[in-house]
Amino acid sequence: MGKVIVVTSGKGGVGKTTSTAALGAALAQRNERVVVVDFDVGLRNLDLVMGAERRVVYDLINVIQGEAKLSQALIRDKRLETLFLLPASQTRDKDNLTPEGVERVINELKRVFDWVICDSPAGIESGATLAMRHADVAVVVTNPEVSSVRDSDRIIGLLDAKTLKAERGERMEKHLLLTRYDSNRAERGDMLKVDDVLEILSIPLLGIIPESMDVLRASNIGSPVTLADARCAPAMAYFDAARRLAGESVPITVPNEKRGIFDKIFGRKAA
Amino acid sequence: MTKVLTDARSIRIKGRSFLAVVLSPDLPVEDWLTRLDDLASRSAGFFLGRPVVLDVNDLDIGKADLKELVAQLSQRNVSIMGIEGARPSLLGPGMPPALKGGRPVSDEAIAKEPVIELRNSEAEVKPAPVEVRPTLQSLVISEPVRSGQSVIFPEGDVTVIGSVASGAEIIAGGSVHIYGALRGRAMAGSLGNATARIFCRKLEAELVAIDGIYKMAEDMAENLRGQPVQCWLDGDSIIAEILT
Repeated sequence: MGKVIVVTSGKGGVGKTTSTAALGAALAQRNERVVVVDFDVGLRNLDLVMGAERRVVYDLINVIQGEAKLSQALIRDKRLETLFLLPASQTRDKDNLTPEGVERVINELKRVFDWVICDSPAGIESGATLAMRHADVAVVVTNPEVSSVRDSDRIIGLLDAKTLKAERGERMEKHLLLTRYDSNRAERGDMLKVDDVLEILSIPLLGIIPESMDVLRASNIGSPVTLADARCAPAMAYFDAARRLAGESVPITVPNEKRGIFDKIFGRKAA
Repeated sequence: MTKVLTDARSIRIKGRSFLAVVLSPDLPVEDWLTRLDDLASRSAGFFLGRPVVLDVNDLDIGKADLKELVAQLSQRNVSIMGIEGARPSLLGPGMPPALKGGRPVSDEAIAKEPVIELRNSEAEVKPAPVEVRPTLQSLVISEPVRSGQSVIFPEGDVTVIGSVASGAEIIAGGSVHIYGALRGRAMAGSLGNATARIFCRKLEAELVAIDGIYKMAEDMAENLRGQPVQCWLDGDSIIAEILT
């Protein structure tokens, strides 16, 4: 049986979709069978970031409503054999996401894939709670910024209350993925530091993804950053995070954006 | 027009629970009133000065009849403080307000007063079924209280082993102990207990309140931020001091 991961945050725009795609591609490169599922019905994005927007025929809602078979809706990635996408519907309403339908689809996916990664919509409404409902592990994506941290805290509370695992009295495994981190700005006090965020949220850290233009560039060419440029700093951070998810112990490093030679000589103090 | 507040004293807002006697009339009302008169004649003054709630849940009664019933009761010096289980259409101006959320209590709680006479005619005033509840004096939470969560424990003290997040709240009848950072709200002595205190390992609270007196973040001294602090009530003001 595969593991179900929900990538969630409460707040929008912190990098859930980017992280879902990057972690999915990173795990698939380990030759594990991965499906990324877009739960953001009505505002789907994951297909764009995966570069599969022109190949969507059937979607999650079609499968839930029995209009299509799961195998018809799954889109295989062109670059990675073991990576699949189950897109969300752009035209339907999110009320079409029924608890029974979601349970059936997730259980079917679990049987076929090693990893089922659910990209949660923002907010705390039914879309988000359904995305987290069947998860074994939660990845809480947070920016080093107070409103994102508080929303993440709220989501962690929901993960401990509204998921199947919580209702069975088990503990939900939760990990913090700190994205868009800029150590220079954190040092200056413009951003929260890693320790501040960890102290407030008190869940284990899965990884720190540096703020980088590479992420935006990868999104715009329709590729997970871990596929577009495996050597760039954010991709390496995502690879490390994926290894930690898979149970390896990899020491956490606080990433530093690579600086130019001039910055290295002259910019030390300014940083 | 802007009103100028000349008095800087804050207004106390408190919760308090009272024990009310619940009367559940049955039909026909006239017969029930006769039996009530009979009870009253045997235990004079039982209803005098007592808060009485009228439970009309099982009573099929119209608005006019209900009004008449309330009037009849008030003639007998039974003043109704609230009506439970009534449809909103039954109530209106001049009628007692609707009440809900009542919890049954054991009849021991009322037993100090002339309940013995009541026993003769159980049909009139039904003693609520005895509910066996363990007497909880303290609630211990061993994980962080997250934003949006609300812990309400009027029965006694609340201890949190972990932090209370911004946007979370703890409401305790007794004291509040937080072994972690207090970033949300803590209200101690919520049912009127001026001796309750608030303790935390790191004060970053949005609000602290004891016995209805509250203090907002900006009213707290700057040197207390981030420190281990205890708060208590001295008269009408909250005193906060660093725990040493």
